[in-house]
Amino acid sequence: MLPLKEKDKPIVQKLLSAGCCARCVLRFCCVSVQAAYRQPQQETLKELKAFIADTENSKCQDSAGPDSRDENNKSHEAAVSDTPEDPPSKRAKLEPSVAAAQCEEEDAAAAVVRPKDDESPVCVVCLGILQELCGTIQAVKIAEAVKAESYEFDTLVLSVSLPAQLCVREHSCWLHVKKEVREKGLVFDKDDVIQVKEAFKWIMQGLVAKELGGVAVVTRSAFEVGVEFTHPQTDADCHFLATTCPDCFKPTKNKQSVFTRMAVVKALEKISDAKFLKHYPCPPTQPTSSCISQDIQCLHVSVFVAGRYNKFCRSLPQTPWVIDGERRMESSVEELIAAPILSAFRADGFNFSSSGREDVDVRTLGNGRPFAMELLNPHKARLNKVEMKKLQEIINKSSDKIRVRDLQIVTREAMSRMKEGEEEKTKTYTALVWTQKPIQREDIGFIDDIKDLTLDQKTPLRVLHRRALAVRQRVIHSMNARFLDPHHFYLGLKTQAGTYIKEFVHGDFGRTKPNLCQLLKTDTDILELDVESVDVDWPPAIPE
Amino acid sequence: MDCVEQKDTEAKAPSVVDRYYTRWYRADMKGKACEDHCILQHSNRLCVVTLAETHPILQNGRTIKSINYQISTGCSRLNNKVSGKSKRGGQFLTDFAPLCRITCSDETEYTIYSCIRGRLLEVNENILETPNLLMEKPSTEGYIAVILPKFEESKSITENLLTREEFESVVSKRSDVQSQTS
Repeated sequence: MLPLKEKDKPIVQKLLSAGCCARCVLRFCCVSVQAAYRQPQQETLKELKAFIADTENSKCQDSAGPDSRDENNKSHEAAVSDTPEDPPSKRAKLEPSVAAAQCEEEDAAAAVVRPKDDESPVCVVCLGILQELCGTIQAVKIAEAVKAESYEFDTLVLSVSLPAQLCVREHSCWLHVKKEVREKGLVFDKDDVIQVKEAFKWIMQGLVAKELGGVAVVTRSAFEVGVEFTHPQTDADCHFLATTCPDCFKPTKNKQSVFTRMAVVKALEKISDAKFLKHYPCPPTQPTSSCISQDIQCLHVSVFVAGRYNKFCRSLPQTPWVIDGERRMESSVEELIAAPILSAFRADGFNFSSSGREDVDVRTLGNGRPFAMELLNPHKARLNKVEMKKLQEIINKSSDKIRVRDLQIVTREAMSRMKEGEEEKTKTYTALVWTQKPIQREDIGFIDDIKDLTLDQKTPLRVLHRRALAVRQRVIHSMNARFLDPHHFYLGLKTQAGTYIKEFVHGDFGRTKPNLCQLLKTDTDILELDVESVDVDWPPAIPE
Repeated sequence: MDCVEQKDTEAKAPSVVDRYYTRWYRADMKGKACEDHCILQHSNRLCVVTLAETHPILQNGRTIKSINYQISTGCSRLNNKVSGKSKRGGQFLTDFAPLCRITCSDETEYTIYSCIRGRLLEVNENILETPNLLMEKPSTEGYIAVILPKFEESKSITENLLTREEFESVVSKRSDVQSQTS
């Protein structure tokens, strides 16, 4: 039995006449019993029609007098049992008024729909989505798509994307039965109408779960399976809104159409009923075909992997280096690390980030530089510690140019800790320095005594094309010099993160002050640079 | 002996300018003899305007009396301000836009020009305090200004400038003429 009440009857009758499908009728009756939607729609339709037959009598009685409910029910029962084959005479006897004429009209409209029942005409509101697009065939299609990509998951969430014009049709239908729905009770309004999406999910979740062998289909999950419907035939339904609410439809670069669901909803909130009815039929017109079901989209939320990397090569950029569309170097740190990780997690892509970056000709030694990667749409989201260790070994065996340690799965939130550390933490470097004037061991001894030297660094010319011009204060906490020969020495530095070391050594046209040229009173240049440590205590170390 | 050898090899080692910049020249700017400018273009398209070593200001015995970035009553290059990555607000310069006027102690005044189209990012204020930087290190610390050409013009702006070889041949012809006339 459908959980319908007396006051639903005029709604049911009006909507069926208007060309609504059985499930949309339930929606507008604000039926929130999920089982009612899950039963076959033909069954629901049958029950609703039985209801209409009753409605003819009870409605007329309703309009005959606003009596007590008991009396109404009693006479309604009597009407059904007494003369089920001959309602017109009964009606005529009871109420020979306008209401009766109305009933006849609606009856006639319902009769028009009736002959098409077997092939069930496409619903004017849901455009078929709660009809044949909502059943086992659709569930099988969804399950096949999920299986085809062999995702590993425990639960999934079903998401539905509907054509924007469905909102317009829903609104039109709402205006059609607004009065009747509100009469159901003071509390009922447009928000109480069950959404197409909601009903679709109630019906489909169980069916999809069954097709996938009992996997839980839930409301929140890391794995999302998207079903998209389009209906090109009625896309123009929305167009009148652009002239009535032009401010809701501003073109933007990324959107293919201005008639997004959000924009249409906003416009419908603004438009007055009278204006809407002037531009759009109420109830909506009958479509000739159902929605088209687009390809199923599967998406698993990102997995984040972090670790530390060493770079042992002076001709390896951190990220692919492309100038004028042409690749400058064969590989990159991120690609060398990403390739094995992508295949282990069977991800579609990645975003690489790290605690700072080194130039192409700079090595990163010591414990390495913290990095994190977002893996996009991983088909496998879990690797245990042993598997991660194995993955790390695969990366390390794949190239001599880099090495990875502390490889682990982290949360998205934990990733921000890496970026937090960036400004405040320190880094240590070793630079091979050339001096124009010959030096002796004792000429550079004073360098070791310099502590917390504050530099004023103008944005280096080398990066000024893509960064704002500013003078940044950076601190060199300590330095040490190791004499090599009269023109060379190794300079060790411990600096605040963000210090440009190369510019400190050669001065960058005098734009970093003080610089090593000034300290040594001769031109100096930097021939090699190594990062010895990036002092960020994230990600946590993993014992070898 | 070792030391001398070392010095020679090091002298030939590429400097910062050699490694990252391409030198372009404008000879006899605005038809004024020997007023040569040198533009250092970084591989990232940024340009540094400098005096070529052949510029009269840098010739023996001269000293600088003053450097003035106020190129007209209404316009001072010192007021140039750029903000953000896109360098909004920077003065836009064309080839013949004056950057500053330099007066030598013999009262001769020279105007230094942009030589290329682009947005002025900064002028070198260090040379106001220490004009000697200009004399001693004209191609590094004694630079005049930094200009960022438009991205789409980063190659074409140097088309009407001389390459280093072309400039050197201009200079050598110049000294031929001088030696002939003298």
